Amino acid sequence: MFGVRIHGRGGQGVVTAAEMLSVAAFLDGHHAQAFPSFGSERMGAPVVAFCRFDQQPIRSHDPIAEPDAVIVQDPTLLHQVDLFAGLGPSGYVLINTEHSFDDLGLGELERTMHPDHLLTVPGTEMAQRHIGRPVPNTVLLGGFVELTGSIGLPSVIAAIQRRFPGAQGEANANAATEAAAYVRAEREALSCA
Amino acid sequence: MRDQIEGSQAVAAAVGLCRPQVICAYPITPQTHIVEALGLRVRRGDLAPCEFINVESEFAAMSVAIGASAAGSRAYTATASQGLLYMAEAVYNAAGLGLPLVMTVANRAIGAPINIWNDHSDSMALRDAGWIQLYAADNQEAVDLHIQAFRLAETLSVPVMVCVDGFTLTHAVEEIDVPDQAHVDAFLPSFAPRQQLDPDAPETIGAMVGPEAFTEVRFLAHHRLRQALALIPVIAAEFADVFGRRRGGLIESYRMDDAETAVVIQGSASGTLCDVIDVLRDEGIRIGALTVTTFRPFPLQQVTAALSSAQRVVVIDRALSTGSGGFLAADIGPALAPHTPWHSVIAGLGGRPVTQGALRHCLGEAVAGTLDELTFLDLDMGVVQQELLSLGLDLQGR
Repeated sequence: MFGVRIHGRGGQGVVTAAEMLSVAAFLDGHHAQAFPSFGSERMGAPVVAFCRFDQQPIRSHDPIAEPDAVIVQDPTLLHQVDLFAGLGPSGYVLINTEHSFDDLGLGELERTMHPDHLLTVPGTEMAQRHIGRPVPNTVLLGGFVELTGSIGLPSVIAAIQRRFPGAQGEANANAATEAAAYVRAEREALSCA
Repeated sequence: MRDQIEGSQAVAAAVGLCRPQVICAYPITPQTHIVEALGLRVRRGDLAPCEFINVESEFAAMSVAIGASAAGSRAYTATASQGLLYMAEAVYNAAGLGLPLVMTVANRAIGAPINIWNDHSDSMALRDAGWIQLYAADNQEAVDLHIQAFRLAETLSVPVMVCVDGFTLTHAVEEIDVPDQAHVDAFLPSFAPRQQLDPDAPETIGAMVGPEAFTEVRFLAHHRLRQALALIPVIAAEFADVFGRRRGGLIESYRMDDAETAVVIQGSASGTLCDVIDVLRDEGIRIGALTVTTFRPFPLQQVTAALSSAQRVVVIDRALSTGSGGFLAADIGPALAPHTPWHSVIAGLGGRPVTQGALRHCLGEAVAGTLDELTFLDLDMGVVQQELLSLGLDLQGR
């Protein structure tokens, strides 16, 4: 079982991200499940969505208490919401920001967890450039699969294009592909350092 | 076809495959995605000659469904929470008139205080309305129960309520096998109404009945509803023959064979419970789960047999009969051998997640013999005591 928790704000496509991730996992041959935390939907309010996937059929319908990975779509949630609750020392963290973990005041996280499981991606900038809107959800999915190796990038691209057909899907897929390349380069730089 | 889709979309697809002739509904969270999807299909002509009738309230939705069904159409509606309460009078009428409607209840709490999240308060409030009530444990079962519901309703001339946990199932994206039209057509024949209003052959249905016959009318309604206890397993078996999977039925046992502790549950927390049962079994605890799929008519005989060797029973309700306890627990009581210790657990009210952690803790207490007779899962005693203190009260007499 691999559990992912996605944090963001209303309007950032958090719920859609979890849904697309579950579709990608399904296309990769996993059993998968995605669901939102069911807040009253408001633009800008903190939103949480979950995705779990496994080789076994998934029976539980409870929120993921101990995620294997956390995606943070909006860094302004840091120090407001307990973003890393239940995340084990070998978990993965992907944050949408142009800053480093140290800059964000997350140096402690870097010291207690696997350094190559933690990454930041300037997702909003990439989304703005590819899609023309500051919605980083598909970008981060591309980064996420590269960071964790849990699902193939082609399945994520297929899930994105299923959700957003046509030119919009193409733009989102390009953004996700760039994020994956960015993460690959960052990790290679880390392993050389 | 097996696909990764939202529960509401799958339910709408299943209802569409049943070739409804009239759909009427008023939107309410968390039912909305279901009727939006059906409205779209009707508008696109996918379900022709089905008519989608927009109504101004849930009372009208049920009333139009009643009219359509009485005129000989296969009719469907869906609602939740206050919407179900608002149509309550007509819900009773549908059953009293013997109309084979199918209705989805996307289970949601009832206010006040207003709450849009999941529990079973709404359908439990209407459990005695004379409808068959089926509770889906997951989205695959939600799909399969709807297809079986039309067969069941039309065979018995009794309406069927399919209860699907709001948000937890309706808004979850899962791997779901939505059957193809040919299989559904093979399983579900076209609707042949037992009675049909016809201007050329006028008749009255639902006339007034006085004290001299009302008891007999109610006895016959009870008798007819009880017939579902024999029919539901037959329909589930036939469904398995056609679709290759066994879903629905009266009850579902999980690892109950040598279980000393039996845990009874309904709805979407069933799968979460089964995962917890596996963990406790790994620890050497003899424990099993019993999921009640058919709640009305209540399968007392089958539940009694399933619980006959349990030394301890925990009943988890997703709604509260305020001032009494659990609805399911009240019905389970007579199924237990004398002196069997049993516990009523009220869980997941107003969207409070029923977590593996909370269930493990609660069932651990049950096995250790320290669980109260009536327990509220995850209750924040600090908040409760502070409120009571401010009113100058304490917890005596709970």
